[in-house]
Formats: sequence, structure tokens, C-alpha cells
Amino acid sequence: MLDATNRPFESLPNRPGVGYKPQHYSDILANSGSVDWLEIHAENYMGDGGRPIAQLRHLAERFPVSVHGVGLSIGGEAPLDTDHLARLKHLIAWLKPASFSEHLAWSTHDSHFLNDLLPLPYTAQTLDRVVRHIDQVQAAVGRRMLLENPSTYLAFAETEMSEIEFLSAIVARTGCGLLLDVNNVFVSATNQQTDPVSYINDFPVDHVGEIHLGGHDEDSDDHGAPLLIDSHGREIVDPVWTLYAHTIERAGPRPTLIEWDNDVPDWATLESQAARADRILTKISA
Amino acid sequence: MSQHVKTLAVAGAVAAALSAQFATVVHAQEQEKCFGVALAGKNDCAAGPGTTCAGTSKVDYQGNAWSLVPTGTCTTMELPAMADGTARQGSLEALDRDMAG
Amino acid sequence: MTTGQTDFTRAILDPDLAVPPGLIDPQGRPAGKRFAVYRNNVAVSLTEALETAFPVVRKLVGDEFFKAMAGVFLRQHPPVSALMMHYGAEFPDFLETFPPTQSIGYLPDVARLEQALRRSYHAADASPIAPEALQDLPPDRLMAARIELAPAVFVIRSPWPVHALWLANTVDGAPKPQMRPEDVLVTRPRFDPSPALLGPGAADFLAAIEKRGTLSEALDAAGDGFDLGALLGQLLAGGAITGISEGT
Repeated sequence: MLDATNRPFESLPNRPGVGYKPQHYSDILANSGSVDWLEIHAENYMGDGGRPIAQLRHLAERFPVSVHGVGLSIGGEAPLDTDHLARLKHLIAWLKPASFSEHLAWSTHDSHFLNDLLPLPYTAQTLDRVVRHIDQVQAAVGRRMLLENPSTYLAFAETEMSEIEFLSAIVARTGCGLLLDVNNVFVSATNQQTDPVSYINDFPVDHVGEIHLGGHDEDSDDHGAPLLIDSHGREIVDPVWTLYAHTIERAGPRPTLIEWDNDVPDWATLESQAARADRILTKISA
Repeated sequence: MSQHVKTLAVAGAVAAALSAQFATVVHAQEQEKCFGVALAGKNDCAAGPGTTCAGTSKVDYQGNAWSLVPTGTCTTMELPAMADGTARQGSLEALDRDMAG
Repeated sequence: MTTGQTDFTRAILDPDLAVPPGLIDPQGRPAGKRFAVYRNNVAVSLTEALETAFPVVRKLVGDEFFKAMAGVFLRQHPPVSALMMHYGAEFPDFLETFPPTQSIGYLPDVARLEQALRRSYHAADASPIAPEALQDLPPDRLMAARIELAPAVFVIRSPWPVHALWLANTVDGAPKPQMRPEDVLVTRPRFDPSPALLGPGAADFLAAIEKRGTLSEALDAAGDGFDLGALLGQLLAGGAITGISEGT
């Protein structure tokens, strides 16, 4: 049935991309500006046909596309949903995306899908489980995946290693790459009262295949401590841009995605965020 | 209706449908041009999952404490109210009764 | 102290339950409101999925009522797959029994129509036949043939004026619904599902077609007063006929 006729884009360029929203379809084709690639949420393109898939097929002939899964529940206690894995395999087989990524999180338990990226403790036991799931995913889709660091709002008493130790061990054992979400670093560090710059300095940047940037909201916890929420509903804040520049200085230029999933703005506003990432990428590469 | 009469009726219906339809046929090539434009009011839904978040931790848990009543356009749709509330509303029998009454 | 995902999931879906033990803030105190962020994300994102899926139901009952009702539904029926495009399949049946909507008898059928429109939107693509293909067969052979319908075709039968209700809530200036039963044909010409009012007998005709009946058998099922020409016109306009096959 579906088949990409043209030669696919084999990797993401070290340039800005955006999370694709259907309302921007015409704008993107007319003038994509600083945006050189697109990312989609895999689950939105797992229907049988119709406009979503027609649009995606058309866009994929013109732009490198990154498939970003939000529903695989890699951190889940339960076995992976093999139906879902099969749908993912099908999507990746026909689309031949330039990149595929998922989250260090869980969302499905006891056959209930909770539609959020839920946290897991970092222990030897959860590490084994995540490694097993990533091995299974990479074998099923036949390619290397990138794993994204999460935004977290709480911690687990049982946690016995740092997130970076956990991610590094996963990379070593599965051969997967990493998706470094710089906003998630900032959000989690604020919420966990740790230092985001140290996190970036300790991060195994050689394995980073993609970077995410997004907006967050500010709240506070029961004791008045700042509690940032990864809302993807506004512009990226200046401290996150600064952290991003630091990341690029350390890692070199990387494909950089602007995520804006709620209260989606017009194309010009979204593109201006990509243009800001472009200036940082260009300046540091020069 | 005899088989013969039915067959004639089908031929007539096909002819009538065709004569009315020639201008509206959609070919696959034409379809390709319109996939960027969702018609207003159409169900262009694919609620983006996973990263959605209200940007607040304040939750109004409604639970089952129900005091709310519908306040939308249903208040202006003057259809049989089923005031007795006994019969399963929406059955054909109930409808016939209401329409007769 | 381990915090299992069974307890986590239960507490996410039931706000009356305590935050599971072992979830803490940076000082090691109970997570409290921090856990509520996850509860909130789940509830809000699923509510938004339902709002997107059932805009006419939402308009009929009002925003505040819909949101509260969605909160009840999503806790009784959390998604069973990660495909939000399918979430809410149980919503029409839920409306049948949800006490606060019992005074709005037509609401479940309006939800069924919206569900059909959404399923149609995501249904597999199919190439419609050229209308002239209906004339390629002589009438007697056509009578014995079977019609294949596109995966995006759905029929909703209702004792309520469900088409008029849908129109009145989506099209400016549409007339007020009058009490009568209505059957609706959903087709997807190009990429946009479109609901059309069916004439007498047409839904019976289509039900027979759906069960792989011949055109002759479907005509018998439709009975008197059925206008085949009108229905063929609707099907052709909707790109709904994808094949005509002879033999079994």
C-alpha cells in the first residue's frame, strides 16, 4: 500500500526543525523559513488512511521527518503492547523516517493507556526492564532508536542511581542513541533542585542524535518551591536558550526541534523560535 | 414488484443518478490537491497525545457530585422532553407515542 | 520501599486515593501536589481528546457540563490503546446510562454520528469507481451483482432527527430540528467526512449491501418508497462505491 517513492532522507540535518501541526501545512510548503525538518507524533499517524497520512506522505517527500513515539510505554512494568509495536513497525517501514525516538517513561499499565509520560525510579531492576524493552523495539523496527530524558515533577524514594547514570547504562547495553530535551533538563533540575548546567556537562553528548526545546509553565509545590510544568504551550524561556547554547558549545551542532503542542501559534511565531535556534547553531558552528 | 419491473427500475435509477453526477466525480489526482485544507467545522481530529498538559497542577476533581445541568444548545432544541423519564428514551415506540400525542 | 505502577495508576485515576508512598519531593517529603501534576495531565489530556472528538455533543450540553462529564467518563473508561484517534468509542453507550443526560434522549445518537465521522476521517483510502461503471453491466446482471463500499462509509440509524441536530450545531442558519426519525449516510469524498440524510428504505438497502447481498436482494430489503436513483447519487457523490462484483 503506502510506500515512499522517492529516496528517503537518511538522517536529520544539524539544523532547526519543528513539531508538525496540520494547521501549518500550507505555510510550511509555501515558505518553511529556518525550518529544515519536521517531527510527528507516531500515534497520530497510525490510522488506516485519510488526510493525516496523505499529508505526511507529501511532506516526507520534501522534508526529513522524525518519528517521535509517545505511547510505547518503554518504562512500563508490563510487557510492551505488541499491537502497538506492530503499528510502529508499519509506520517506520513505509515512511522510512530520518529518525525515530521514544521516551524514558511509561504510560500503559494493566491495559490502561494514561496519555501522559509517567516517571519511573532509576534502579537496577528498572534498568534491566528498560534495556529489555529497547532491545525489543530496536529489533522490531529494525533500526536504532533515540531515548529522550523526561521532565519529572517528583522523585522515587527507591531510586539508586542518577538519571545520567541510568541513561548511560542504557546506551552502553542497547546501543540506542539519546534525544536530549534541554527544556526537560531545565524543568527537572528546577523541580528536583539540582543544577541543569552540571547535568548538561555530565551528559553523554556523543550519543545525542537530536535536541528538543519547548516552553514550560511555572507553578509551585505544597511548600512553595518552584514547580515547572512541561506544557509545550508557549515560547522557550531565556534560561533554556542559554542552556541550549551551552549544550551546543559542548556537543557541537545537532538537529534541534522546537516543540509547541498546546495553544499552537501561527506559523510566523513558531518559525521565529526555529530562527532563534538557527542563530545559535550558526554562531557556534562558525 | 416483479423481477422485470425491478430491473427496469434499476436501469432508470442508474441513468438518473449518472445524469445528476457527472460534474461531481472526484478522481484520485484531484484528491491530492486538497489534503492541506480541512473544511471548517469538519472533524479534523487527531488529538495530539503524550505531551499534552494543562500547565497547572490545580485540578477540579468533579467526582460524582453532580449538580450540573446541560446549558448548551440542547436547551433550544425543542424535541420531546420525555418528561416521564421511565421508558428508554429514543426507542421507536416512545417516538411514535410522542409524535402521535 | 518500591512504588509499583499498579498503585500509581489507581491513584492517577482515583483522586480520592492517597498519593502512593515512596513518591517524594527533593527534601524527601511526600510528593503531594507534585503527584497531582500527573493526575491533572492525564485528566486534562483525555478530556481534550473527548472535546475534539465530540464537538457537537459538547455544544449541546455546554462546555462546563461536558468537561465534568468527561471527567467521569475517562475514569470509568480509560483508553485501551495509545491511539487517541480511537478514544471515546464507549462514549455513546456511556451517554445512554449517565443519569444527568437522561433528559436528552438524542444525545447518544449524536455521539454515534460524531464517532462515525471520526472513524470515517481515519478510515483506509479507497478508489471510487467511475460512475459510468454502473452502466457497464446490463441491468439484469447488475441486479445480480454486489456493490462494494469504501471503508470510510458509515450509516447511522436513529429515531431522532440526528442529521438535523448535527447541522443545527455545525452550520450557521441551519433550521431548527423537527421531531422525526433520521438515517444518516457518512461518506468521505476527498478527505472530509460528510453526513447526508438518507431517504426511506435507504438504510435497509445499505444494510443488505453491507451483508454482501446482491442489488436485487438489497432492493427487496429496502421495500416500497425507496428511491434507488437518489441513493446512488449520494453514494457516487461521496465516492462511496469502490467496486461492483459479479458472482459470489
